[in-house]
Amino acid sequence: MTTKEYESYYVPAHSKWPIVGAFALFLIAFGAGNYVHDLNNNSSGYGGYLLIAGFALIIYMVYGWFSNVINESMAGRYSHQMDNSFRQGMSWFIFSEVMFFAAFFGALLYARQFAVPWLGGAGNNAMTAEVLWPEFTASWPLLKTPDGTETNEMGWYGLPLINTVLLLTSSITAHFAHVALEQNKRSQLKVWMVLTISLGIAFLFFQVQEYGHGYSEEMQLYLTSGIYGNTFYLLTGFHGMHVTLGVIMLTVMFIRILKGHFTPNNHFAFQAASWYWHFVDVVWVMLFIFVYII
Amino acid sequence: MTTEVLTEDLSEHNQHHKMTGIKRWLYTTNHKDIGTLYLWFSFIMFLTGGALAMIIRMELFQPGLQIVEPDFFNQLTTVHGLIMVFGAIMPAFTGLANWMLPMMIGAPDMALPRLNNWSFWILPFAFAILIGSFFMESGAPNFGWTFYAPLSTTYSNGSTAFFVFAVHIMGISSIMGAINIVVTIMNLRAPGMTYMKMPLFVWTFFITAYLLIAVMPVLAGVVTMVLTDTYFGTSFFNAAGGGDPVMFQHIFWFFGHPEVYIMILPAFGIVSTTIPTFARKKLFGYSSMVYATASIALLSFIVWAHHMFTTGMPLFGELFFMYCTMLIAVPTGVKVFNWMATMWRGSMTFETPMLFSIAFVILFTIGGFSGLMLALTPVDFQYHDTYFVVAHFHYVLVTGSLFSIYAGAYYWLPKWTGHMYNDVLSKWHFWCSLISVNLLFFPMHFLGLAGMPRRIPDYALQFADFNKWISIGGFAFGLSQLIFLVVVIKCIKGGEKAPAKPWEGAEGLEWTVPSPAPYHTFSTPPKID
Ligand SMILES: [Cu+2]
Repeated sequence: MTTKEYESYYVPAHSKWPIVGAFALFLIAFGAGNYVHDLNNNSSGYGGYLLIAGFALIIYMVYGWFSNVINESMAGRYSHQMDNSFRQGMSWFIFSEVMFFAAFFGALLYARQFAVPWLGGAGNNAMTAEVLWPEFTASWPLLKTPDGTETNEMGWYGLPLINTVLLLTSSITAHFAHVALEQNKRSQLKVWMVLTISLGIAFLFFQVQEYGHGYSEEMQLYLTSGIYGNTFYLLTGFHGMHVTLGVIMLTVMFIRILKGHFTPNNHFAFQAASWYWHFVDVVWVMLFIFVYII
Repeated sequence: MTTEVLTEDLSEHNQHHKMTGIKRWLYTTNHKDIGTLYLWFSFIMFLTGGALAMIIRMELFQPGLQIVEPDFFNQLTTVHGLIMVFGAIMPAFTGLANWMLPMMIGAPDMALPRLNNWSFWILPFAFAILIGSFFMESGAPNFGWTFYAPLSTTYSNGSTAFFVFAVHIMGISSIMGAINIVVTIMNLRAPGMTYMKMPLFVWTFFITAYLLIAVMPVLAGVVTMVLTDTYFGTSFFNAAGGGDPVMFQHIFWFFGHPEVYIMILPAFGIVSTTIPTFARKKLFGYSSMVYATASIALLSFIVWAHHMFTTGMPLFGELFFMYCTMLIAVPTGVKVFNWMATMWRGSMTFETPMLFSIAFVILFTIGGFSGLMLALTPVDFQYHDTYFVVAHFHYVLVTGSLFSIYAGAYYWLPKWTGHMYNDVLSKWHFWCSLISVNLLFFPMHFLGLAGMPRRIPDYALQFADFNKWISIGGFAFGLSQLIFLVVVIKCIKGGEKAPAKPWEGAEGLEWTVPSPAPYHTFSTPPKID
């Protein structure tokens, strides 16, 4: 790296967006705290409004902040080194997301491998089982909890399989979009982007269908249906939120492409969105294996 | 996009002028401003958490219940712990990182300056929620800073929701801050500064930042499970639904053990800077220090269940976690020996930063040894949940982390303010702290060995004498910290002018710029050879 690149490292002067974002997070946290609290006491308060205000403010913040960044980038303020900072920042952010999911996968594996078998008397826990819930038998998926809540297993064929195909395909189309961008084939790029976004939306649609199916009389698989339902809904739910965020990111990129943004050599934002999309895809594959199949 | 607006916008940026008044601090992207904010915030939090500790020590001055109800006592210990860990120690280190890292590696600023501002400003809001919960009908969290299920779920006093969301946004702040540190170090080093030429201070923050990125999301995950267990009917930590309260402890301590190294590795970095300066020798075994830091960080991921020996786990687990934990004593020992070897036959002088550093080495080692005792599974069965544990982690966190922060603060105050601090007052601060802190924490070892349980507002009569002395030590230590406040304020207001390099033996790029360091340093990077 030459010295020249160091000289041009861009340090933005003061910005109001971070403090707006911090206040937005405060509204979200305080609002959510109140909301959950009220929900629990069956009282109604202002928590929900604070929460909505917080989310509105954070959308405003992201819009304003990213507009600044895009303007600076389009004006050629950013050096190669700055680009690296963004890339590394995004990579480590995705890594932190991986660790967030790892906590829930860890809970799933712990429950399967240890908690449930031990409740059934495995290891040296024969007396635990005998004293606490003698008629409980360990199994996975846990369709009947020790306190007798019953539920049904969500199969991996049908909707989940379709969703796997959809998301895997979308990862491939996202990659083709990237290739098209690098070769400066703008019309192909737009087609691939539309395909990727549509596949993402289709995934979300089927995911909602699947939740409807889970909450039906026939399945009775609820969030409260013991550790199986807990891990099922929290893992797929958090994944679904990330897919939603990914779709939003891709849509913003699509709008920017329509506006003529990005060049074959300079398209970090696009790449970040596509990295995020691949990450969401990989998480789904893990989910499909550990939550549905095994 | 309108070009006129843009050019206007950018020319404003080019001027890089300092804003004035409150806006300067709210909108700043300057690493020195943000470092200052972090440091002041952490000190205010330190005094707040300290005030809670003073109430705890007042209650424990005599056996029996005198001034607080047991439930409020639980709230005090919980919030004291949360404030000191997340509000005082961690932000103080982040503040030091913000101030010093760019100067030490020859960078113009942190790599992502706006994100940097965001990371900071989340914190006051998070702690407003946490401390504000004292004034809500449900009261503050009362389940210990470790928020074990089912205390935080089934038996929660209703404060769980606010606690969880406050921790969530604190976590966002830490992760963003850590990403910024990693990216700055990886990407903004001056030409010629290879990884193995970085000051050890930089190395320790680099490794700490990785730990943060890896484990703060796990904390976010576990508080989320606590939230859904408490309010949305899940059973992650409830055996009746097929979960397990022990699982809470596993996930929590998977975060919790790396967390304690997040609070001590930067301390290693600070004393590895100050000791060579005042011993006027190069740091002994630089590369072994780097490898030791990295090994400690890696090992920290496979020792978490040493906090759970009495909770119970298969025998293999007890042995595995015992041996892995003891293994950490090896790289830590390497460090302690390296510091001693650095001082060996050095031309030592005992300025205040050095006094704090030497106290750190000795007292942290005491904390390390009591840690080693706690690592022994059979012995831990005796010590678990007693004041021995309290003594251990306060030796590591107060005479360890906090003393190192003081060492760093005195060391760099001339660089920050442009003035020398008041030497006499600073020595008063040191000696008062040193004596009172040992009066405060050392007898706790004996209380713990004799079986006094922690987190209980009352105790058996035979513990009365020790507790009285501990409380006296506590009040004295609390008051001594106010001396530091006076020193800092006096130092900002005036005092002897500091040269660019006030310490004869100091090395590093930060001493090549004038004192106080100009608002922008290294707009063009220095050349390192
Ligand atoms: Cu530990």
